Amino acid sequence: MNPITEKRTERRAERRIEMRVETAAMDALMVRLFDTIDEANMAWVIAADQKLRSTFGSALIDLVPSYTTLLLHYDCQQLTHSEAIQLIHKALSGLTPVDTQAGELHDIPVWYNESVGPELPMVAKRAGLSIDDLIAQHCNHDYCVFALGFAPGYGFMGLVDESLATPRLKTPRRKVAAGSVGIADRQTAIYPLLSPGGWNILGRTNVPLFEHAKRGDPLFRPGDKVRFRAISREEFEADGGDTTPMEERP
Amino acid sequence: MNEAHKGLVVKQAGPLTLIQDAGRFGVGHLGVTQGGAADWISFRWANWLLGNALNSAALEIVMGGGLSFETEREVRLALTGADLDAQLDGKPLAPNTSFKLLPGQRLVFRQPRQGLRAYLAFPGGLNAPEVLGSRACTAREQLGGLHEDGKPINVGDRLTWKGTAPAVRRIPESQGPRMPASGCRLPIVLGSQIASFSGHALFQAFNQPWTVDNRADRMGVRLTGPALHGSLKGIISEGIPLGAVQVPPDGQPIVLMNDRQTIGGYPRLGALTPIACATLAQCLPGTQVWLTPVSASQAQDDYRHQLTVWR
Repeated sequence: MNPITEKRTERRAERRIEMRVETAAMDALMVRLFDTIDEANMAWVIAADQKLRSTFGSALIDLVPSYTTLLLHYDCQQLTHSEAIQLIHKALSGLTPVDTQAGELHDIPVWYNESVGPELPMVAKRAGLSIDDLIAQHCNHDYCVFALGFAPGYGFMGLVDESLATPRLKTPRRKVAAGSVGIADRQTAIYPLLSPGGWNILGRTNVPLFEHAKRGDPLFRPGDKVRFRAISREEFEADGGDTTPMEERP
Repeated sequence: MNEAHKGLVVKQAGPLTLIQDAGRFGVGHLGVTQGGAADWISFRWANWLLGNALNSAALEIVMGGGLSFETEREVRLALTGADLDAQLDGKPLAPNTSFKLLPGQRLVFRQPRQGLRAYLAFPGGLNAPEVLGSRACTAREQLGGLHEDGKPINVGDRLTWKGTAPAVRRIPESQGPRMPASGCRLPIVLGSQIASFSGHALFQAFNQPWTVDNRADRMGVRLTGPALHGSLKGIISEGIPLGAVQVPPDGQPIVLMNDRQTIGGYPRLGALTPIACATLAQCLPGTQVWLTPVSASQAQDDYRHQLTVWR
């Protein structure tokens, strides 16, 4: 066994899950696994997601995993509230984390430019970095996909280096272009389609997240890793990227 | 034109008319919202009146506002939910009935007299492309609808349907959908974050009426009243169930409805029951509502009882 694998096994063994099952609605239960955001959570959240899906089968209506929780919506014509709670405990007893290396690594080409990423100068200034160094810093980490939400295919990723952490805009934009890459606090994400939003936008990608989501096959899944790669305007355009500048300034 | 291609043509668009079915389920983990008829009880009655499968695609008509249709062929339609002062060639139509339209006749929805959303069902259900297992139209997500772009029904759209010989049914007097009156009760199942609110906030939440704000849509309905405060300003984003009553820092609750975002980070009092969500979907701004706590098992009993009326 190589030293890296050994270390991971140790860390797994150290971690204990104190699961709580809470009422969220008439026919929905919140399975709470953790109280803080951590990339190491994902191996457990994904494992719980798989177990709950197979255990509930046709009695499962929706299961929405997030950073620390899974919201389980069950069919109350098949199960009572207490039966559903018991089934969750049964499904998750003796839970072991999945191998996080199983997630996909996505390479996302981004054209970082002030015209499509209006907050580049502001975020760089806050971080005390040149714009080039900021871009290098944003590209320098394989971000973990924590959850999908907000819009079809929208992945909440992190954690961004603390020096780049920037609060959301005071006034959200009414229109953020599809493909916009932004950061909010220590999270980063891509807007799959034109939508309102308050994240700090640094650049734009042409990767079609929404088309994937529409087919029920999102590009990103929780536990995946995402690596941003800076490309030139020429490369972005050659790939069919839309260079229309962001219209609104906050 | 081939008879089967004829349909109901939109002559004037109202403020918001959407193709809806029961909603999009099993896709919440993709970030895709539930959608579906906001007043699911009236929606089911509309399909029931024609003998359709209860989740068949129908129209959800908000306000009316001059929305009008002209039919190109004879058809029986069913209308339930809000009384939007609907008229067939100038003659008033009673809500919660089915009626026949003859070629050239015009159907108009004027303005709400009672309730907010009417449902118009078609024989066998409306023809519309299915996206991710549903025909529900969600504007924000650009999913569903007649043209698969999430857009509401517009002038010139031609609506066609699947069936030919609908049933002719009547809703029993005692069972039909009733539009809520001011002072109505909205049962709520309390959630775990209830503990983060102050005792004073909890007293206020359940012991005085809330006013339905005009900031209300298919995503959420804001309630105004005394500011509710607690110890949590925000939480780590987690899944949002239908009817979740979230309280942002301004202390004014927002009830999250069918088109809500799938995850969110404000603390919650709990979630309205599905029956309460159907009630709230019919409340015009200014309506007073009471949040009344109910246990999950009681709420399920009430829900299962509601389902028995369509058996």
